[in-house]
Amino acid sequence: MKTLKTIMASAVAMSLALGGSAMAEGAKIGMITTLSGGGAGLGVDVRDGFMLAIEQAGRDDVEVVIEDDARKPDLAVQIADKMIQSEKVDILTGIIWSNLAMAVIPSAVAQGKIYVSPNAGPSALAGKGCNANYFNVAWQNDNLHEAMGAYANVAEYTNTFILAPNYPAGQDALNGFKREYRGQLAGEVFTKLGATDYAAEIAQIRDSGADSVFFFLPGGMGIAFMKQYAASGVDLPVMGPAFSFDQGILGAVGEAALGVRNSSQWSKDIDNETNKAFVASFQEKYDRLPSLYASQGFDAANLILSALDKADVKDTEAFRAALKEADFKSTRGDFKFGNNNHPIQDIYVREVVKEGDVLTNKILGLALKDHQDAYAEDCPLQ
Amino acid sequence: MSTTLLFEQLLNGLQYGVTLFLMAAGLTLVFGVMGLINLAHGSLYMIGAFACAAVAAATGSFWLGLVASIVAAGFAGVLIEMLVIRRLYDRDHLDQVLATFALILILSEGCRMVFGSFPLYLDAPGFLAGPVTLFGGFQYSAYRLAIILVGGLVALGLYLLITKTRLGIRIRAGEADREMIAALGVNIGTLYTIVFAIGAALAGFAGAMMGAIQSVQVGMGEPVLILAFVVIVIGGIGSIKGALIGSILVGVVDTLGRVTLPGFFNLFMDTAAANSVGAALSSMSIYVLMAIILIFKPEGLVSNNA
Repeated sequence: MKTLKTIMASAVAMSLALGGSAMAEGAKIGMITTLSGGGAGLGVDVRDGFMLAIEQAGRDDVEVVIEDDARKPDLAVQIADKMIQSEKVDILTGIIWSNLAMAVIPSAVAQGKIYVSPNAGPSALAGKGCNANYFNVAWQNDNLHEAMGAYANVAEYTNTFILAPNYPAGQDALNGFKREYRGQLAGEVFTKLGATDYAAEIAQIRDSGADSVFFFLPGGMGIAFMKQYAASGVDLPVMGPAFSFDQGILGAVGEAALGVRNSSQWSKDIDNETNKAFVASFQEKYDRLPSLYASQGFDAANLILSALDKADVKDTEAFRAALKEADFKSTRGDFKFGNNNHPIQDIYVREVVKEGDVLTNKILGLALKDHQDAYAEDCPLQ
Repeated sequence: MSTTLLFEQLLNGLQYGVTLFLMAAGLTLVFGVMGLINLAHGSLYMIGAFACAAVAAATGSFWLGLVASIVAAGFAGVLIEMLVIRRLYDRDHLDQVLATFALILILSEGCRMVFGSFPLYLDAPGFLAGPVTLFGGFQYSAYRLAIILVGGLVALGLYLLITKTRLGIRIRAGEADREMIAALGVNIGTLYTIVFAIGAALAGFAGAMMGAIQSVQVGMGEPVLILAFVVIVIGGIGSIKGALIGSILVGVVDTLGRVTLPGFFNLFMDTAAANSVGAALSSMSIYVLMAIILIFKPEGLVSNNA
């Protein structure tokens, strides 16, 4: 069945090519993402956003193979090997977590594959370790945290307690926050990745004399932290990147999240046609509000599609030049790549509000304009 | 570190230990009485949390949810014992591990099919949602305090069940010599089902209680399961008393390790390095504890042969 589909797809592609059309041949995309276990909500959103874009493009010459990494680095590496060697995919995408990204991406791009990241953007791949075959359509890990650091200055916080899990993105997060933040740190704590109990950390916050709390805890970790924080009686203002307050999480946190400020490169109320159409069609198809992860999946697919329109994926040089042009309509509005193939984009501050019965985010204002990551200058790419 | 902070952290460790105990008690009973390694114990924890969240969302009552969690997990336990586990008693441990691991995958994916991939909402009931003020203006989460109390009551109940009731006598006899009590006319099949159901219900209850302060999501049981295994190995496999001592030890060591180690390394390292070294070492602390205890007491703290 699958072979039949591939044959048909190639037949369509060939007839188009023979018909003298400028349209390039199709491509096989391998998506490795987290669809089971604790972080599944993030992967499901990326996948759904991605597939929505592929479906809307109506191109049956683009085949997407999806596999679940269950947030396990070893499994992700196995899947990547299988996709590259036996399934012969042209492009890889989908990884959510930075520790998995570090296990897969360097070897995949070394084997000449293109990798388009819809989420993880570890600093190690943005500076000296950047690669012409690696594109990040979401952000470099530090970016949203830098925006929150800038916001903390605006809000005149001078003694912030900061907290993140002990893994590459967690370290990037705290470094990002500290890069922009000018006040004192009341404390700095790394927690275990996947931890669900934050009583010890909350007690430290209470004891530290802080005037605000910044935390980066994606997925279920953020839910657990917010609920326990609300119950603890510590009432310092809380802020964080969108990952701690995305649409998938808010429902589970409940009212405890109301009023919290968070930073994001995307929000469902960014005012442009692409975004409006995306939010409406996502809601119609999946019957829930999209999260920033869904928008990143959607943008990743549209970026790949835009490059496929211009160049043949087998011609790596031309294809990555086409990717770098970023000639697609992003849900974020303006979007372009820096020299290190990471985005230069606006980052907003949002507030958690209640619309009817649904908790969601609303943009308060711009935190950083045309923001580029701090590692770009170490990257030898032009 | 101030004394109130230390006291608060000790309470946190105690609360963490009590939750672990609810998991470990069932696990150690099942292992002690039936000689069965049950990896699917964490899935029963998850079932309890989901049942509680679903019923609480439908009825608006956390208490009904709590009852539902015990019933659902207990019922799932009976079903699993009768359909799967019963065929495994005579097999070796590798077969049991394989079969119960398969159960984890089936139950997790089943849960995802029914409830979806996104975490569910479950919150503590109103009067327990906020903090309470203990002596000297010291504030502590009311819900966590309630968990400590409830966990203590469950431990007491289990102690009475095992030592004072006929069922308890049979359970102890089953641990000591299962052929003999079968020969004495005790229906060993029913006894096993009951023990498994008790363990399952306790896990489900723990899942529901923790679900209210953590996130109710697929796969939430496995991290707790691993710790529960550490606890029963430390405490001595098959011993409820050992499970209680082991879980409180693990809870306190883990909590204090998380708090004190980064500060300790900060004495002779810069903050960033101390934080990451401290965080890395503190996540190892309970395994170090387990290793040390096993060196001196290879059978665990409370050996069950008495």
